[in-house]
Amino acid sequence: MARIVETATGEVERVDVDPVTLDLIENGLRNARYEMDEVLFRTALSPGIREQHDEFPLIGDPGGKMVVGQFGLSIPDFLDGFDDTVEEGDVLLTSDPYACGAAISHANDWLLVMPVFHEGRVVGWASMFGHMSDVGGKTPSSMPTDARTIYEEGVVIPPFKLYRRGVPNDDALRIILNQVRMPDWNRADLNGLVAACRTAARRVVEMCQRFGTATYLSALDALLQRNHDAMKVLLQAVFEEGRTLSFTDYICDDGVGNGPYELKLSLTRTGEKVHLDFTGSSPQAAGPINYYINENLTRMFFGIYMITVADPQILWNDGFYPLVDVTIPDGSYWKPAHPAALNGRNHGIGRVFDLFGGLLGQTNPALLNAAGFSSSPHFMYSGHYSSGERKGEWFQLYSIGFGGIPGRPLGDGPDGHSLWPSFVNIPCEYLESYYPLRIETWQTVPDTGGAGLHRGGNGVDVAYVFEEPGEIAIHDDRWLTYPWGVNGGEPGARGRKWIDRAEGAREVLPSKCHGVAVHPGDVLHFVTWGGGGWGDPLLRDPELVAREVRRGLVTQDGARRYGVVVTEDGEVDAGATETVRDQLRADRPAELPVFDMGPPVEELLARCEEETGLPAPRRPVWTAG
Amino acid sequence: MSYRLGVDVGGTFTDVLLVDEDSGATWRAKTASTPADQAVGVLHGIEEVCADAGIAMAEVAQVLHGTTVATNAILEGKGARVGLVTTRGFRQVLQIARSFVPGGLAGWIIWPKPEPLADLEDTVEVEGRIASDGSVVRPLDDDDVRAQLTRLAGHGTQRQGVQALAVSLVNSFADAGHERRIRELAAEVLPGVPVSLSSDVLPELREYERTLTTVANGYVQPQVEKYVRHLSAGLREGGVAGELSILRSDGGLQSADAAVAAPVTMLLSGPAGGVTGAVWVAEQCGHRDLITFDMGGTSTDVALVRGLSPRIGRETKVGDLTVRASSVDVRTVGAGGGSIAHVPELTRALRVGPQSAGADPGPAAYGKGGVEPTVTDADVVLGYLPSALAGGEITLDVEAARASVSKVAEAMGLDSPEAAAAGIVDIVNENMLGGLRLVSVQQGFDPRDFALVAFGGAGPLHANALGRLTGAWPVIVPPSPGVLCALGDATTSRRDESARTVLRRFGQLTDGELGQILRELADEAADRLAAQGLARPDQTVGFQVDVRYHGQGFEIPVEVDPAWLDGAGGAGGGSTGALAELGKAFDAEHDRLFSFLLDVDHELVNARATVTGPRPDVAPVRLEEGDGDPAGALVTEHPVHVGGEQVTAQVYDRARLRAGDVVRGPAIVTEMDSTTLVLPGHAATVHASGSLLITPVEG
Repeated sequence: MARIVETATGEVERVDVDPVTLDLIENGLRNARYEMDEVLFRTALSPGIREQHDEFPLIGDPGGKMVVGQFGLSIPDFLDGFDDTVEEGDVLLTSDPYACGAAISHANDWLLVMPVFHEGRVVGWASMFGHMSDVGGKTPSSMPTDARTIYEEGVVIPPFKLYRRGVPNDDALRIILNQVRMPDWNRADLNGLVAACRTAARRVVEMCQRFGTATYLSALDALLQRNHDAMKVLLQAVFEEGRTLSFTDYICDDGVGNGPYELKLSLTRTGEKVHLDFTGSSPQAAGPINYYINENLTRMFFGIYMITVADPQILWNDGFYPLVDVTIPDGSYWKPAHPAALNGRNHGIGRVFDLFGGLLGQTNPALLNAAGFSSSPHFMYSGHYSSGERKGEWFQLYSIGFGGIPGRPLGDGPDGHSLWPSFVNIPCEYLESYYPLRIETWQTVPDTGGAGLHRGGNGVDVAYVFEEPGEIAIHDDRWLTYPWGVNGGEPGARGRKWIDRAEGAREVLPSKCHGVAVHPGDVLHFVTWGGGGWGDPLLRDPELVAREVRRGLVTQDGARRYGVVVTEDGEVDAGATETVRDQLRADRPAELPVFDMGPPVEELLARCEEETGLPAPRRPVWTAG
Repeated sequence: MSYRLGVDVGGTFTDVLLVDEDSGATWRAKTASTPADQAVGVLHGIEEVCADAGIAMAEVAQVLHGTTVATNAILEGKGARVGLVTTRGFRQVLQIARSFVPGGLAGWIIWPKPEPLADLEDTVEVEGRIASDGSVVRPLDDDDVRAQLTRLAGHGTQRQGVQALAVSLVNSFADAGHERRIRELAAEVLPGVPVSLSSDVLPELREYERTLTTVANGYVQPQVEKYVRHLSAGLREGGVAGELSILRSDGGLQSADAAVAAPVTMLLSGPAGGVTGAVWVAEQCGHRDLITFDMGGTSTDVALVRGLSPRIGRETKVGDLTVRASSVDVRTVGAGGGSIAHVPELTRALRVGPQSAGADPGPAAYGKGGVEPTVTDADVVLGYLPSALAGGEITLDVEAARASVSKVAEAMGLDSPEAAAAGIVDIVNENMLGGLRLVSVQQGFDPRDFALVAFGGAGPLHANALGRLTGAWPVIVPPSPGVLCALGDATTSRRDESARTVLRRFGQLTDGELGQILRELADEAADRLAAQGLARPDQTVGFQVDVRYHGQGFEIPVEVDPAWLDGAGGAGGGSTGALAELGKAFDAEHDRLFSFLLDVDHELVNARATVTGPRPDVAPVRLEEGDGDPAGALVTEHPVHVGGEQVTAQVYDRARLRAGDVVRGPAIVTEMDSTTLVLPGHAATVHASGSLLITPVEG
């Protein structure tokens, strides 16, 4: 239990805040939050933050409630487990998900927590975490796909004072950085995180000076209340009393031969509260795909789907959290017991989007999105240069793949894009300039987006030609289960990976693997999955289908899924199209299902080897005890 | 006698400023813009201003012009159909667009993805492949190229041929040979179609940004060419002997031919004129460090200027499009006089913008059918825009403004429209403060070290309040803000730059190599300017490089002192070398921005040389000296609401104010095309050059 040392005495009295001042403070907090991102992006060295922008900021009130931000840290819980003082100038660091109530979800994430002092008292908290591209452990980038415990996943830092009253603990940092492969990266990123938190602290203090501490703190209360009140109205309007909604999606496998894992989420409104319940989900995985989520993060994801639609400019905060009860069963995929491995949780985080979309969309299918590119698949390549002026030098690439955004009520899903905000790909020319590889193809794959009135976005095929011997690692998913379509739309295509060896053999790779040796001239095809389709494909404008054939986004054969016959010249054959569409309509049920998940899991498993070239995983089971 | 002309074409008006180069005397004309053919309005304005000055058009030696022709082609989607040639495997480079989705978590749900500027149907691939070190992986096959270009020519298909061709091959920044060969072949297969090579337009690493910039160049080129040729011909026919120069986005001038060759460099030609005009005005008032604040109807542009030099950014943003081309680092906030205030039912928060009433129907007060409450309506309700005094051009409907703002008062539970109006003004000022912070605090600059130069239709009304929020004093309100852009055009100098990607760690580079690279770039730019008639002795060369710690994703631009290259750097005789000096300068900047340094090798990413000509002189206006008392310019009194109270403001006619007069707030100063608000506790001193300088009053 941490003891907070404040030199000021007495409480700050709460005052009335006029509505405009409230909005000014809301705006100031929003600016401070984006400034945190900016500082870190611009200074980071590790590709995870620099290119993928895998970082999340938070500004809290004195009691530790998030008043603006994007992750689920509970500062009170964090301080409960921290047995030391907290003073002005302190900066706390941890990378242990099990020591901070899953505010971070794997050991690659380094979390800083910093009290903000003004005139001798805590007026808030600044916090931020970022994904370090390497934290040691047995594989480059610290994400072994066969890990069974967190001890295999690199250095795990318990909460401690990186700065004590402004003085850095250089010894501790030296010990930590001695465990990692690219200490320069971690040091730069850590500096960037500290600089970002200090920027936030400066902005909070400036607001206390400008408006007065009492007004500032009272405004935070009002902002929290504003979220609470807004959500209360929304919950009543959207969810029927007592009706339980449920949705289940999957993670295909856990890297060590088990799968698919069922992710089940249910929602029931009772009175002014809703209950989100993960009961019915699969048990914790043997491999590293567990997504250790906490209650607050669940609330935040839920809130994002609810409130952004009503007032996109609203500031995210904790205010509505008391309206949402959350149940996460111990020992489940979502709350594994220590020391379960956690590194590959990126699929689970992404799948949360599909899960909430599928769950909440049932209240109004017209607003339902299909399943999208709900992950951030990783590709790693590392080794030593074998010749030339860099002979002997270590290289280590970490990059993210992108795929099909689903068909949406708004329109088609973009091809080869990111479902995560602010992620960007690493340019080919950058990769070729800094790593011993060449990229032969960087195209979206026609027909991989699910057919629909609004087409799902296509997946991407990136073909890497290796120029130095080394090892590669892959973290991907949706190779077995399908990105589902909705409202008559079809599922998108699944992801695939293979190597065409320099000597001619083709080798299919599992979607999760590491330590795969590659040699100069070998070509890896990293093919991501497409987004699901939205709406009846037979209603799509035939001219648009033909244009997409000419654009190379749909093939002539693929156009048939829309019932459109396209000539060799890329024009619509109107007569034939009508005939085909009539036939397709006659051959299908009159009522199209809301969800098209593709074949049932049993069937997918039975045909797994034949269709994917990979052995079927074993279904996970709960065991007693 | 010789004369120069500054010409600015805005959405509504075309401003023309004639300057007598000997006496510095100026004449101005304001004519209606002619969007269908902007040259008509320009020529009309020139005729008018020459007649006014009593000179023949033949006496005009130079026409200096900021234009929005290129910008409008993009905003209105009316550019050329561009064919794109890419490397095999990269046809979808614009479709994938770096996989970036704007917005926050779940932003993908509501993002309408813009169509690529070159259609995939008009995009072809060629076999040739260059490696990142410039070596050839696969040679270019002429027959393959001819076949692909033939498709773009429309031969054998039902489609028309493309109107412009962009060629952007992977790694062409390292070797341009394949692109140049394609240009030769295009001259055969696509005769008469203008060709943009990425290795010419932007020889820098990053295939998407380079391709997009090259395509944008081709996209606007035909319209720019048509406009410039038409205007040049019109000027010649009208008897103007002097040559036409076009303002670049970075605030420099280029010849009409250079503009036609690289129109992507002039996308922000218009705003650049405003910034250069503001710089000139501030200099007259003795201020070298300033922030410009250009508040219009739908948006507000801000830029930071140090030592009379605007900060130059490496990106140009127009609508959804961001291209890599140097431009004055103008940040745009989606808030202006027409921004609509609304109160979402759910949160009952007061929001202003980003929706705007635009010009049609416009604010409710304009009486053209607008009913939504806008910032201008709030200004009217608070008495800042007296209805009888808006230059007589627009009669303001005060009751309509009150009715619209009352809706906000009701939704928020406020007791009067004035209270809601004050809220709207506070919120919009806060939004604009966000923009001012972007260019100042967030770049490590303290706004209190800068003056604030306010212009645009609504700028002078809100400037005093922004001065108070930022502490940037004085607030300078130039005379005739409407003509400021034309003034900027008339007071800027000729400029060109050459740039290239180097991508070497300092450890892999010598001082000599750095010097050689920069001097080569300077020679390229200098030759081009010499070809435009600017003699070498009149040229000034500047060097800039983009540096980062090896492994970082963003660079920081650093000025290179030419003395470093001569080996003359380092005080006390000890030469420290250009790279060492550069490293120190970078570290200082990194420390200023982010307050830490890294012990990692520096990396040089891009190098640029900028060559400029001498800055033309325009003699400033000198107002008649007054006695400090503005009473002679007093027109009337008007009630205004400030800080929750109603007070009486004196209303002055700006044309009758004299140098040294001090206008104490609360006061309103009106002129033909703008209204300045001086708040209580502040005073505006009339500078001899005609600007108002607003500062807080002591005590």
